[in-house]
Amino acid sequence: MTLNYYLVLAALLFTIGAVGVLVRRNAIVVFMCIELMLNAVNLTLITFARSTGTVDGQIIALFVMVVAAAEVVIGLAIIMSIYRTRRSASVDDANLLKY
Amino acid sequence: MIDAPDLSLAALAPLLLVFGAACVGVLVEAFVPRDRRHAVQVAVALVGTVGGFAGTLLLAGTREVTAGAALAVDPAGLFLQATVVGLGALALLLFAERSLDPARSAFVASAAVPAGSVRDRELATSSRVQTEVYPLATFAIGGMMLFVTANDLLIMFVALEVLSLPLYLISGFARRRRLLSQEAALKYFLLGAFASAFFLYGLALVYGATGSIRLSEIRESASAEGGGVLLVLGLALLVVGLLFKASVAPFHAWTPDVYQGAPTPVTAFMAACTKVAAFGAILRLLYVGFGTEEWTWRPLVYGVAIVSMVVGAVLGLTQTDLKRMLAYSSIAHAGFLLTGVLGLGADGAGSGLAATMFYLLTYGLTTLGAFAVLTLVRDGDGEAVHLSQWAGLAARSPLTAAVMGLFLLALAGIPLTAGFTGKFAVFRAAIEQGAWPLVLVAVLASAVAAFFYLRVIVLMYFSPPAVDGPTVGVPGVPTTLVLAVTATATLVLGIVPGPVLDLAERAAIFVG
Repeated sequence: MTLNYYLVLAALLFTIGAVGVLVRRNAIVVFMCIELMLNAVNLTLITFARSTGTVDGQIIALFVMVVAAAEVVIGLAIIMSIYRTRRSASVDDANLLKY
Repeated sequence: MIDAPDLSLAALAPLLLVFGAACVGVLVEAFVPRDRRHAVQVAVALVGTVGGFAGTLLLAGTREVTAGAALAVDPAGLFLQATVVGLGALALLLFAERSLDPARSAFVASAAVPAGSVRDRELATSSRVQTEVYPLATFAIGGMMLFVTANDLLIMFVALEVLSLPLYLISGFARRRRLLSQEAALKYFLLGAFASAFFLYGLALVYGATGSIRLSEIRESASAEGGGVLLVLGLALLVVGLLFKASVAPFHAWTPDVYQGAPTPVTAFMAACTKVAAFGAILRLLYVGFGTEEWTWRPLVYGVAIVSMVVGAVLGLTQTDLKRMLAYSSIAHAGFLLTGVLGLGADGAGSGLAATMFYLLTYGLTTLGAFAVLTLVRDGDGEAVHLSQWAGLAARSPLTAAVMGLFLLALAGIPLTAGFTGKFAVFRAAIEQGAWPLVLVAVLASAVAAFFYLRVIVLMYFSPPAVDGPTVGVPGVPTTLVLAVTATATLVLGIVPGPVLDLAERAAIFVG
């Protein structure tokens, strides 16, 4: 069944995103990887909407886009405020809180 | 033609009231002159939350699935809503405290000004306060109330974001030690967004496996067809997303950092309300959605409960910062709460649900009180949270030390405090379901954790006070009220827990 290719592609994208969050150091890039994960989920949802013959999946994908947009606003605001203070968006530099 | 879903406005009134107050708060921020804004914002937020609390009490006994079966207003949901909004109102009182900090607020005057700049130093000592924290916190409370009544995975996801996004922001709002606070916000945001992506992928897989996102339909589909790989994988990812919010080890990495960096009133709010909301959602998901597929989640929850109790108790021993110590305590308590979740028998039989809800109430009250005491003890640089600064506090302020001692004993689970009755209830529920090895670990972990609570008490009462130790501020009306309510409740629920336990037992009903 050809729909499986979409699911595998989405799983790969999700994994690339998850690995990216764990290995990349720039907060913006980490954030982009999270967005990649969310979009992989959207692809999965659309594929399942097709395979189960319901529209719920497509509607959820729209909700996910709106939530992702809201998350971008909050995320960039937080990253900007850190960047203005430290002149760096590296997550390794944010190391005051530990142990 | 699409039919509009049925909306039972009466059943949704508490939610609408809280969200309405949050929206009004945004307008107040725009239109009310700066000098009157603080009073107006506090009034609006308190009217919304206290009204929401009263509303949940009035609705007691309702069993209704509404909004196109997306929301289940049932006794358990209402109990959890009342807990969240009640604790939220108390936390808002802590936000409103103006007499402790010389700058009259725990929150930054302007979050957009870079920390450490000339303008920032001017603002830090000015009496200017920013009030956007009230509508943000009210939105978070609304999101939490939605979270515990969500009967469908999409609403659960939206509620998760509505409660998380404001929390990410307000944890970066501390007036002092701004770098720490901003760092806490960054870490909370990145890890929180990461966890919600997992929740969402779980949602997609469960949808693919069952063709629905309604918890009741997932349950029917799962019991009719048996759990496929897709369903089990989806459930695991959903639970991981929720366990992250509930700060259960091994998904706890953010907790100590965020609890330490965030402004203390916000930490109090997160520790009490987010915990209740996250566990409310876990209970509903596991009981309503996967109650017939118990074997799929029981081993996972069993494992993380043990890890969480051990990690919380052992790492808590090594902490020298009181806020971090309470964060590890919250991780250990998340493990105890999962013990109660395991007290849910097949298809929700057993007293696990009631016990967990009662524990959530007692833990929320106690931890809120403990963080409230932390806001009182201060030095020139804000709150004095290093353990060594608390040496001999009893000589300086006997009342503060006594109240803190009460909360610490309750967190440790000493009899005659709320913590003991809560722990007893969840352990009994777990033993009834045959999970005695888990309870054994829990009792041992409680004994280890008791050490670090008692260490603070010993330090307060039996150490000589430091020469240039911290001062104990005289709290204003809001903090005094919070301390009075939480301390009284901690004692009363410890000595006569009967009525509230009965209430929790009668409320232990999920519909949908």
